[in-house]
Amino acid sequence: MLSYIARRVAATIPVVLLVALFVFSLLYLAPGEPAAIIAGDQATPADVDRIRASLGLDRPFLIRFGDWFWHILQGDLGTSIFTNLPVSHMIAQRIEPTVSLMCLTLILSLSCAIPMGVIAAWKHGTWIDRTVMMTAVLGFSTPVFVIGYVLAYVFALRLDWLPVQGFTSISEGLIPFLRNLILPAVALGLVYMALIARITRATMLDVLAQDYVRTAKAKGVGQRGVLFVHALKNAAVPIVTIVGIGFAALIGGAVVTESVFAIPGLGRLTVDAILRRDYPVIQGVVLMFSFVYVLVNLGVDLLYTVFDPRIRY
Amino acid sequence: MGNGVYRRSFLKTAAVAATGALAAPRLSLAADARTLRFIPQANLANLDPIWTTQYVVRNGALLIWDMLYGVNDQLAPQPQMVEGHQVSADFKTWTFTLRPGLKFHDGEPVLAKDVVASINRWMFRDATMGLVIKRQTDALEAVDDRTFRFRLNKPYPKMLFALGKSSTPSLFIMPERIAATDPFKQISEYVGSGPMRFKKDEWIPGAKAIFEKFDGYSPRAEKANWLSGGKRINFDRIEWQIVPDAATAAAALQNNEVDWWETPSSDLVPLLRKNPNVAVDIADPLGNIGSFRINHLHPPFNDVRARRAIQIALSQEDYMGAVAGDDQALWKTIPGFFTPDTPLYTENGGEPLKGKRDYELAKTLLAEAGYKGEPIVLLVATDVAITKAQGDVTADLLKRIGMNVDYQALDWGTVGQRRAKKEKPSEGGWNIFHTWHAGADCVNPAPYIALDSSGDTAWFGWPKSDLVQQKIGAWYEAPDLAAEKTAIAELNKAAMDHVVYVPTGFFKGYQAWRKNVSGVVKAPFPVFWDVTKA
Repeated sequence: MLSYIARRVAATIPVVLLVALFVFSLLYLAPGEPAAIIAGDQATPADVDRIRASLGLDRPFLIRFGDWFWHILQGDLGTSIFTNLPVSHMIAQRIEPTVSLMCLTLILSLSCAIPMGVIAAWKHGTWIDRTVMMTAVLGFSTPVFVIGYVLAYVFALRLDWLPVQGFTSISEGLIPFLRNLILPAVALGLVYMALIARITRATMLDVLAQDYVRTAKAKGVGQRGVLFVHALKNAAVPIVTIVGIGFAALIGGAVVTESVFAIPGLGRLTVDAILRRDYPVIQGVVLMFSFVYVLVNLGVDLLYTVFDPRIRY
Repeated sequence: MGNGVYRRSFLKTAAVAATGALAAPRLSLAADARTLRFIPQANLANLDPIWTTQYVVRNGALLIWDMLYGVNDQLAPQPQMVEGHQVSADFKTWTFTLRPGLKFHDGEPVLAKDVVASINRWMFRDATMGLVIKRQTDALEAVDDRTFRFRLNKPYPKMLFALGKSSTPSLFIMPERIAATDPFKQISEYVGSGPMRFKKDEWIPGAKAIFEKFDGYSPRAEKANWLSGGKRINFDRIEWQIVPDAATAAAALQNNEVDWWETPSSDLVPLLRKNPNVAVDIADPLGNIGSFRINHLHPPFNDVRARRAIQIALSQEDYMGAVAGDDQALWKTIPGFFTPDTPLYTENGGEPLKGKRDYELAKTLLAEAGYKGEPIVLLVATDVAITKAQGDVTADLLKRIGMNVDYQALDWGTVGQRRAKKEKPSEGGWNIFHTWHAGADCVNPAPYIALDSSGDTAWFGWPKSDLVQQKIGAWYEAPDLAAEKTAIAELNKAAMDHVVYVPTGFFKGYQAWRKNVSGVVKAPFPVFWDVTKA
């Protein structure tokens, strides 16, 4: 197992580097550049040219890529063109809000979606099943920002229970931390919850039709035992797969959620960097996200062994 | 017993936690009154007001760095860091003396050598006045610790205005070691002598910027008036919160999570007005002038007749309605290039922009100019509401006068890059793009980069008109206001005749703040001094 993990981690390096090359090339080819934005509207064309040259943006592609790649190999993600701060520092500033949001979203959505999917499968064909599925469809089809606006309007503006925006670190208290994150987590989690609930229901329906489930019932195992011990455990593999794949959707959704709720996370950092053409930041964040995503998929593969003892690496 | 102990312990912990949460609001009220929470117009991605000309950077810089002179609400420069000056009768020798006791945030005194270094860095980047002064300067020297002197080879009567102008890049005084930074590279230290320090350790670019009161600041005795007078800050902290979503910003203001929003979008203003705790008013009486910027290098607009076709067909009402909506308090038509309700405003030569629009005459002029249906490349930054609105109106206008429109929906970053290209429109260049100019930058030719008609070295569009340049020079040499007005009237006509660009109208924006905040003034920039919070 350990050697498998080591092989998989080693395999992430060429994947991440390929992603880096791809993103670097895309940015190089894309229109727009930071020099004009930096200079501002009052600057002359000559000023823009000087700034471009001072940033090294007039150098050929291979030289720019080589320079950046050489720094990456030394663990240096570079310096933001705009803020003059190290990219690693900017990422470090933003990690806590994004990780907090995603963890809370995962906890909320999984803790709701899995029971919903199990109950829908158990009560297949009843009004309970239809209600759960309708909720899932609504959650899946409503844009995150719409959900966010509605939640903010109801719970912040009208009821004054929660703040509209911002982020409070957990180091400043659990209650303030949760107060700031609950609405964005619900907004982001609804889509994720809908996806997982549907997959859970579909997989459970398949598992509940299996012979061993009939045998468990015949042996006198209670309903809870049948559902959560025998059936759910066997349905876990596809569910975990979808959780892993949906992680990418979660990252994308976090961008919108962070903008709507003004959370200073990595999603907003990425969007701001793209709009400004802050190449080092874009490249650094994309590298980091691709590495994280590969690790998430590794984690999903390892979880299979927990739920299905037949799977061994 | 075990469970009972755990239950009691849990309840006790929960009670303490709840009490703490409930008590927090009361304890923080006093702290809240000393903290001003502000939503700026844009992200504060860096803080070098010389390296970049972005207005948001200048606005942040006004807190950190002080200026030699500061303009008041009449745009007249008033001494700020300077105690006084002497100027020779020929306007060639300017000697300035600094106020005593000025200190930087690191405790070091502000010396004349710091001023000299700061001026040198600023002159290099200020195309409108700084470079002109630089070319005319034989010597700029620190005479002693508090005195510095310009020796010019040509008179420059507008020196005080140059040193105190609010249009970017403005002259901010930095320590010599920081001002020695290459003007095309960013500074990395934000040490000034202004009323607030910048808390770099708490800065999260794109999310928040924190300014802390500098107790070593000694404001002038006079009452504050825009950038002049005593800059008295009544807060320990000013927090700039970047809230990218307008609806969220409106909700945050209504929910008392922020105190002051610099630029609420006009469609949210009616909602804010309904809230009894929120005040809304015009932000900047000098407003903005919309710009229909034309590329003079390539057909058809290299022919003045084609440009005049645009002038006589363009309806400023259409543009301003698209930009600012139905609220007539927010906009007006202006048949001129200069900011209305300012001393130099003129409509001389503005007849083509007045009266009924004439599409037929426009078509005739286009035909005379040789236009034969080639695509007109219209760059539209769709991520900026003002340029998107103008671009949509232009697309319609061009079609009405029989032009073939190539509407290119881009983001501002791409427009910024494309507009610098001098290639033909069919080879990656452009014919038209939109932007706007702050009214404070259009009160006279000095900061008015968009009027420069020097051709190859002019602003994007590269208009070339010797007459316009001559009239600009005449304003610089005008000895008094009457002479300036004459020069401006002639300049306006010359620029109109040449169609340097086409102004699409004059518009203002709103600002909004909580009613427990007082002292918010209308100005081209947020003025934080004398603002208080109950």
